[in-house]
Amino acid sequence: MALFALRRFLLAIPLLVGITFVSFLVIHLAPGEPTEVQTGDLSVHSTAQARQALRELYGLDKPFHVQYWKWLTRVAQLDFGRSFQPDGRPVLAKIGERLPITLLLNVVEMFLILACAVPIGVLSATRQYSLFDKVTTVFVFVGFATPDFWLALLLMILFGVQLGWLPISGLRSLNWEYLAFWPQQWDFLSHLVLPVAVATFGGLAGFSRYMRQSMLEVVRQDYIQTARAKGLPEQVVIGKHALRNALLPVVTILGLSLPGLIGGSVIVESIFAIPGMGQLMVQAVFSRDYPLIMGNLVIVAGLTLAANLLADLAYGVVDPRIRMAARRRRR
Amino acid sequence: MPALRGRGEFGVFWRTFKRNRLALCGGVVVGILVVLAVLAPLLAPSDPHKPDTRRILAGPSSSHWLGTDQIGRDVLSRVLYGARISLAVGFISVGIAAVIGIVLGSTAGYHGGLADAVIMRLVDLMLVFPRFFLLLAVLAFLQPSIWTIMAVIGLTGWMGVARLVRAEFLTLKEREFVIWSESVGASASRVIFRHILPNAMAPVLVAMTLGIPAAILTESGLSFLGLGVQPPYATWGNILNDGKDSIEIAWWMTVYPGLAILVTVLSYNLLGEGIRDALDPRLRQAVGRFARPRR
Repeated sequence: MALFALRRFLLAIPLLVGITFVSFLVIHLAPGEPTEVQTGDLSVHSTAQARQALRELYGLDKPFHVQYWKWLTRVAQLDFGRSFQPDGRPVLAKIGERLPITLLLNVVEMFLILACAVPIGVLSATRQYSLFDKVTTVFVFVGFATPDFWLALLLMILFGVQLGWLPISGLRSLNWEYLAFWPQQWDFLSHLVLPVAVATFGGLAGFSRYMRQSMLEVVRQDYIQTARAKGLPEQVVIGKHALRNALLPVVTILGLSLPGLIGGSVIVESIFAIPGMGQLMVQAVFSRDYPLIMGNLVIVAGLTLAANLLADLAYGVVDPRIRMAARRRRR
Repeated sequence: MPALRGRGEFGVFWRTFKRNRLALCGGVVVGILVVLAVLAPLLAPSDPHKPDTRRILAGPSSSHWLGTDQIGRDVLSRVLYGARISLAVGFISVGIAAVIGIVLGSTAGYHGGLADAVIMRLVDLMLVFPRFFLLLAVLAFLQPSIWTIMAVIGLTGWMGVARLVRAEFLTLKEREFVIWSESVGASASRVIFRHILPNAMAPVLVAMTLGIPAAILTESGLSFLGLGVQPPYATWGNILNDGKDSIEIAWWMTVYPGLAILVTVLSYNLLGEGIRDALDPRLRQAVGRFARPRR
């Protein structure tokens, strides 16, 4: 197990370097140079001196590899520089206040998805071709094809504008500070309803489908026959023997959706004006805030890498076959 | 493509495929969409770019079936022209992704060793970035145009194909006909292109069919944010973006382009699944993932 962990860890190091390299490379796709944005005609800093100062600050007068190395040594100390925004705050601080919001939203969403998808998948697999199965299949196909931003807009029209039941923007009402404790919590929750609903809808279709597929494969296995043959009640056969094995591939898919969990849903956050990572990225892109874009990419990808590593290790602990397979043939 | 080549095998494919009524419907709708997109200039009731200042934000009527937008352009015409862009972006970006994926996947799978290790690490690296984040970061620095959107979606979407092709190569290169052709001195490129690749195309074809709706969803998402295809070109995404600002008074600008996306993506997914099941049910495992890009 220690060897397995070490190997996984060592494999992650070149990826981490790769992440910084890709993030750095992206910035250098630009035809101009970053100083032109900050010192555009409308900017107060638009003097030759200011431009020169910035150029030196970012080492833009040096060759590419020197620039990269200089930037990398700063990133290694978690110094991503300061935002180009007028507030000029450190990139890390900006990300630090956005990340918890995105994580909260996504954890709630993931929990809801699993809580709904597992029973839906199991029911439609054990009652294959029943009315319930057919209805969920239609729902799955429609769910897959529905653009989330469109669904968000429709729900905003319905619940926000027509019915006026739910707030459609931000996380708190304007008068939030003047509310008592419980109304404050209620206000916060009601702001979460629509964004979480939209995000859950999209994921739900996929996960219930996987769950169904996986369950269908498991119930055909011999050990399920055996369990039935020895007279176990059907609930135990399905709920215990089959479900546990059917969950394994679903957990793998869960691992694959990690980048989305940390990066947040760009579109949902933008539409509902939720101050999370996705919205931060869009704002950074629109204002060509180079340090913020690079910082965002490195941190989100780095955290995803770390989460993948943890997930890998967890599989290794849970399922000895994976450790063994990794030893026999390196993927 | 042995699964498709020859009447006999195509016959088998077709017999299985046409039994799947949903997939057949999907195929028919995709066909209709392509025709609509190609004939858009003939079918559109009015110029999609010409404002009609007397009818700003007019609801659906006999003169404008789907209403007009905030500067009085006909929504139906814009949706029709949007189909051209969406379908073009879907086809071309998936084509780019497939070419990159096939080249890298077959190199890794056939040669193995260092090439395989490097390419697969590159795949891992690309998959660590949330795709939409990477797209946004790249687009921040490029002039947004239809071509850059296609290129960027293609360049960030080849990893799945590369993995599929590599996996196919790993099993196919152990097969007798490949070993035989190597033993009589066929060059590596001949073995790859003549013998292995044609046999590895079935999952790629399926992945491509399912990749098109994913690319369409991505493009419309980018255009919706205002970072995709730029006005005055009409795309489903940017009509929705315009619609967002007048959502309280002009529901038709939001409902119809969204329905167009829904129907298109739905039909492609049904078609892709049908092709997959008819080609080889075992592919369910390999390319079972639907088009659902996380944004």
